[in-house]
Amino acid sequence: MAAINFGYTISKPRVIDLDRNNLRKSDEILREMPELQTCIGCGACTAICTAGNLTSFNFRRVHTLVRRGEYQGAYEEMNKCMLCGKCRLVCPRGINTRGVVMLIKRKLGDF
Amino acid sequence: MKKRIIVIGGGVAGMQTALRLAEQGIEPVIVEKEPELGGKLRGWHVLFPTFTPAEQVLTDLRRRINERGIEVMTSTEVVGLEPRSVALADGRRLTCDSVVLASGSTLFDASIKEEYGYGIYDNVFTSADLERMFNEGRVAKADGSAPRRIAFLHCVGSRDEKVCQQHCSKVCCVTGVKQAMEMKRLFPEADVFNFYMDIRMFGPGYEELYREAQQSYNIHFVRGRISEASPTLEGRVQIKAEDTLTGRPLRMSVDMLVLLIGMRANDDNARLADGAGLQRARSGFMAPRDLFLGNVASNVDGIFYAGTVTAPKTIGESLNEATAAADAAVRYVEA
Ligand SMILES: Cc1cc2nc3c(=O)[nH]c(=O)nc-3n(C[C@H](O)[C@H](O)[C@H](O)COP(=O)(O)OP(=O)(O)OC[C@H]3O[C@@H](n4cnc5c(N)ncnc54)[C@H](O)[C@@H]3O)c2cc1C
Ligand code: SF4
Ligand code: SF4
Ligand code: SF4
Repeated sequence: MAAINFGYTISKPRVIDLDRNNLRKSDEILREMPELQTCIGCGACTAICTAGNLTSFNFRRVHTLVRRGEYQGAYEEMNKCMLCGKCRLVCPRGINTRGVVMLIKRKLGDF
Repeated sequence: MKKRIIVIGGGVAGMQTALRLAEQGIEPVIVEKEPELGGKLRGWHVLFPTFTPAEQVLTDLRRRINERGIEVMTSTEVVGLEPRSVALADGRRLTCDSVVLASGSTLFDASIKEEYGYGIYDNVFTSADLERMFNEGRVAKADGSAPRRIAFLHCVGSRDEKVCQQHCSKVCCVTGVKQAMEMKRLFPEADVFNFYMDIRMFGPGYEELYREAQQSYNIHFVRGRISEASPTLEGRVQIKAEDTLTGRPLRMSVDMLVLLIGMRANDDNARLADGAGLQRARSGFMAPRDLFLGNVASNVDGIFYAGTVTAPKTIGESLNEATAAADAAVRYVEA
């Protein structure tokens, strides 16, 4: 008897599971650029980002997810960045944000 | 003969220090560079968290200074100090038995943050401008009309690596909440937005004030730092931020943008410190001997600190410290 498809699937859990996420890449990234750890999540980088105003790209969100070990799609997202460097001008923590984009792309190219 | 202690600066901290010294039979002298006593409070309207007029606090302190006959030298700037003397800008030197430094702090110059357009576009103000406008009884846009939309920005010149001010100025969050409420009282039809990175409500009644601002005044709090402001054709100010709690960029035009400026170390701290061998913190504020048991003492015997010369503080904290500094100075001169 063929199984009846009720349209239900097991959805991917939304939880950021720090018991499962592998933080190795994240640690590597923070070791190369420890200043990223000083981010206070103010969003000034995202506010000023031209790519972020026109597309769904959100620089703050992507690098925060990477720091939590959520690497899926981060490389593709960072490809939306035009490397204009405006975000670096406004970061109150003085983080080389443009450098963060390049570092994440270099480290997560294979994800 | 009475011992003589020089108090540098006649803000609330300096005035309270002198009063406490006089109570204990010491002869204090207040040296103030401005033409009158009062410091920053001369520019404030009503005070958080109780909306008490600043003038009421100042009048009371000044009256007690007069009644005690405390010697006050106004329009006199101190350019150097030692435990037993201070040097004045006019070349004179005053001798004494000990010195309390109560020279306060300096307001951040908002025009340095060029991206917010202070001094460039109309209708960008600082929190200090707003206090002045409250005092003058005339709060309005540059063209004289009433604002319908007002935005406050927290942390201007504080917590900002770009302007070399890493510290939190402590009092600007609650000032922003207080001023937002005052604007809403003046302009009940207006929408008021506060843009913040963190809301720091550390004092008694502050968190309650914040809650009241949200609940009874309908003030909108948006978690995101404004990245830039620009003028619109209609003379409004357009601001951009990320609404970090929804993760989306946000844009809006306002009639008034108010920058909540911080307190930074006085420029002359460096010169005063070098001359006397005093230590300064990385922020440029004077560094107390230690933050627990010696927080009103300096690293030099006979020199004491009171008030915001060591860090941003509220008036209450500055007054308490002034009392403690006076007591420590008395113990020193009578030892
Ligand atoms: C926008 C804003 C609003 C505020 N509102 C409140 C509030 O509502 N409630 C509250 O509790 N706190 C408030 N504060 C904090 C309050 O202003 C301070 O706590 C208070 O001013 C500290 O007093 P002070 O005596 O240490 O310093 P100051 O007020 O800065 O006084 C220092 C004095 O020293 C003098 N001086 C400096 N250098 C020299 C020198 N070389 N020679 C001679 N004299 C010198 C100065 O002219 C000045 O008169 C506010 C602060 C800001 C920025
Ligand atoms: S460098 Fe990239 S992330 Fe930064 S503002 Fe430019 S496009 Fe946006
Ligand atoms: S501007 Fe700097 S501190 Fe603010 S969210 Fe972006 S990276 Fe973090
Ligand atoms: S008190 Fe608030 S506005 Fe002032 S510097 Fe600290 S966090 Fe920023």
